Amino acid sequence: MTETREALRGFGRGVRVAAAAAFAAGAALLAAAPGADAAEQYFPIPSSRVGPFSAMGTGYYGGIIDYLTYVNMTGGVNGVQLVWAECETEYNAARTAECYQRLMVGPNGQRMVVFDTLGTPGAYAVINRMAEDQVVLAQYGYGRTDAADGTVWPWVFNAASHYWDQIAMKLAFMAEQEGGVENMRGKKVVHLHIDSAFGREPLPAMRAIAEEWGLNLVEIAIPSPGLEQQSQWLQIRRERPDWVTFYCAGSGMCSTGMTAAARVNFPRDRMIYVTFGGAEEDMVPAGDAGVGTYVVANAVPGRDFPLVQEIERVVYGAGRGNLSNPERVGTVYWNRGVGAAVAWIEALRNAQEMFDKVGQPVTGAEFRDGYEALDMNAARLEELGVAEMIAPYRMTCAEHGGARKFRMMQWDGTQFQVVSDWMGPNDPDMISEMIRESAARFAEENGITPRECPPDPA
Amino acid sequence: MIDTVELLFFLEVLIGGLLAGVMYSLVALGFVLIYKASRVFNFAQGAMVFFAVLSFVGFMELGLPFWAAFLVTVALMILVGMTTERLVLRQLVNQSDQTLLMATIGLAFVFEGMGQLIWGVEVRRLDLGIPDVPLEWVLDSTGMFISALDISAGVVAAVMVTVLAILFSKTKIGLGLRAVADGHAAAMSIGIPLKSIWMIVWATAGVVALVAGMMWGARNGVQFALVWLALKAWPVLIIGGFTSVPGVIVAGLMVGAIEKVAEVYIGPAFGGGIEGWAPYMMAVVFLMFRPEGLFGERMIRRV
Repeated sequence: MTETREALRGFGRGVRVAAAAAFAAGAALLAAAPGADAAEQYFPIPSSRVGPFSAMGTGYYGGIIDYLTYVNMTGGVNGVQLVWAECETEYNAARTAECYQRLMVGPNGQRMVVFDTLGTPGAYAVINRMAEDQVVLAQYGYGRTDAADGTVWPWVFNAASHYWDQIAMKLAFMAEQEGGVENMRGKKVVHLHIDSAFGREPLPAMRAIAEEWGLNLVEIAIPSPGLEQQSQWLQIRRERPDWVTFYCAGSGMCSTGMTAAARVNFPRDRMIYVTFGGAEEDMVPAGDAGVGTYVVANAVPGRDFPLVQEIERVVYGAGRGNLSNPERVGTVYWNRGVGAAVAWIEALRNAQEMFDKVGQPVTGAEFRDGYEALDMNAARLEELGVAEMIAPYRMTCAEHGGARKFRMMQWDGTQFQVVSDWMGPNDPDMISEMIRESAARFAEENGITPRECPPDPA
Repeated sequence: MIDTVELLFFLEVLIGGLLAGVMYSLVALGFVLIYKASRVFNFAQGAMVFFAVLSFVGFMELGLPFWAAFLVTVALMILVGMTTERLVLRQLVNQSDQTLLMATIGLAFVFEGMGQLIWGVEVRRLDLGIPDVPLEWVLDSTGMFISALDISAGVVAAVMVTVLAILFSKTKIGLGLRAVADGHAAAMSIGIPLKSIWMIVWATAGVVALVAGMMWGARNGVQFALVWLALKAWPVLIIGGFTSVPGVIVAGLMVGAIEKVAEVYIGPAFGGGIEGWAPYMMAVVFLMFRPEGLFGERMIRRV
């Protein structure tokens, strides 16, 4: 008995010694860990790798991580190595907000400088935190549209355009196909959408354009997850629209749209899919039913772009690629992720130069200024190896709307064929005015004083 | 005078709804099997549908022909059922229903995770050779759009229900199963092999899940969203009764028809998208007036 007690006491002592040693080792590790001064820059990855949106999450964040790895393997950003941490959101707004908190401070003790939710519901969940936390919300082609007004939303950017420009571009494309805006009067367009913030986001712009052009706009909602769309498509058949725009989410809903259209003989080349529902993973499950479907792209898929080939050579060649299936390099979501990461790194490079911190990490405020100074002109895109993959764009103090241009693609059953040049809204000023009004209304309702922006010299 | 075009459209919505309902019933059948045997509401049924059909296309990708892949997956689902019984249910004999329910929630995560871990997260196409396009002759003669895949699903459901009905009413397994459903301890005391019964039922539910998954996967692609099919099956179960095989078929037809008709004719007044919750409203009404469902067993308990 005494022996047992003694042994237990000894064990307790052992545990205490081990704990103390572990604590000391941990403290030493922490001290040795690169702090804010070390030549590292931390980026958060709120990925969605499992669940119904996994195709989108693995592709997009895979593209981001592959580009960060590529930068690291080719010398970093002026010597600054990039580090990142992942948190799984499953494309769920509540979990995105949780990941936002968890990822705030990285494994190296640095605070994050940018956040990319890859989803409008997630963006809405965190958007009001940005100014206070000094984090850039990089909505790469999604999210709250009126945040493109930099006077009200200094911390939010839409480098790859937003949903109002996108829907306006789709209507412009339809007008082109119909032989001009004047031929659009009386035409019927159905906006079929998931019943969520994302699905409804383009509606203000769409309604305004419909009114101006004399379009007959019909709005039809699909409840999530949208594996059954029969009643919606029967309604569409009854309406006999000239065009359908589809804002779907997740490949379940998106691929079902095409098979359901086939079931009522609605021509697929009269359907235009949204950027976040139109990727190879969304098209493949529909099989032949998908052939002819139009999809809008803010980053063109393909493996011929020099940067894509470089990443394949350097990163995948060394077996350090993030995609478990390397065949997905060059797909829609992956290329889009690369486009998003290119903007991050350019912003970081800008910030280092602007604040005399070349070779050093930057703060959130510095990164924001660097992002706002992005000037991705054709020459710079060429240097980066992404010319024609993404549209040229430039940020200013007031204009955070990015490129405002897209390309139309068509699914041929195995891959996308690009069928238009970079196209924007028919009347970009009208969309800009709507954004200004919406942002001003938000500012007034929330007691925000819009900042003064100097006139754009360009 | 009734507008013929409108009438035909209504008929089309109704028939489409009935056929969609059959597809819901296919998923709901798996729930009924397990509930009958163990009074457990199997939260993992949706995940089993996903896991089964994902494995099926996975085997086909490995080079197995259709029938071989089907048989291997049936074997796999039987194995999964047996393993579930051995590792989970056997440990929980005579535990409360809630404990078993919680165990199935855990199982759902295991199936979802395991499926994605083994076969990857990519969305796959499944071609059963049955086109999901309108039947020409129906279109020509009536102007209605009725899909060949829907008709096939109806036939498959009819065959499965017949087989299951025979299994439950004409075999010893069925008798044993009903005894087990009334009480674990009582059934064991009279020599009914509870463990084998559970094993058989879980394996059968796995095969039912595979068939349901194949029909849905052929239409929507094999992907994670199939897990959510359970959401469509729940109101069917409440309305049909948790213990009745014919009940889920009738309830499936009702749910399908009512949700489609509601969406098309009432939906626009609510801004659309009501078919997600309309069946649940219906289920709530049933819970108020007929909690055991259309064909469920009325529970009488001594207190």
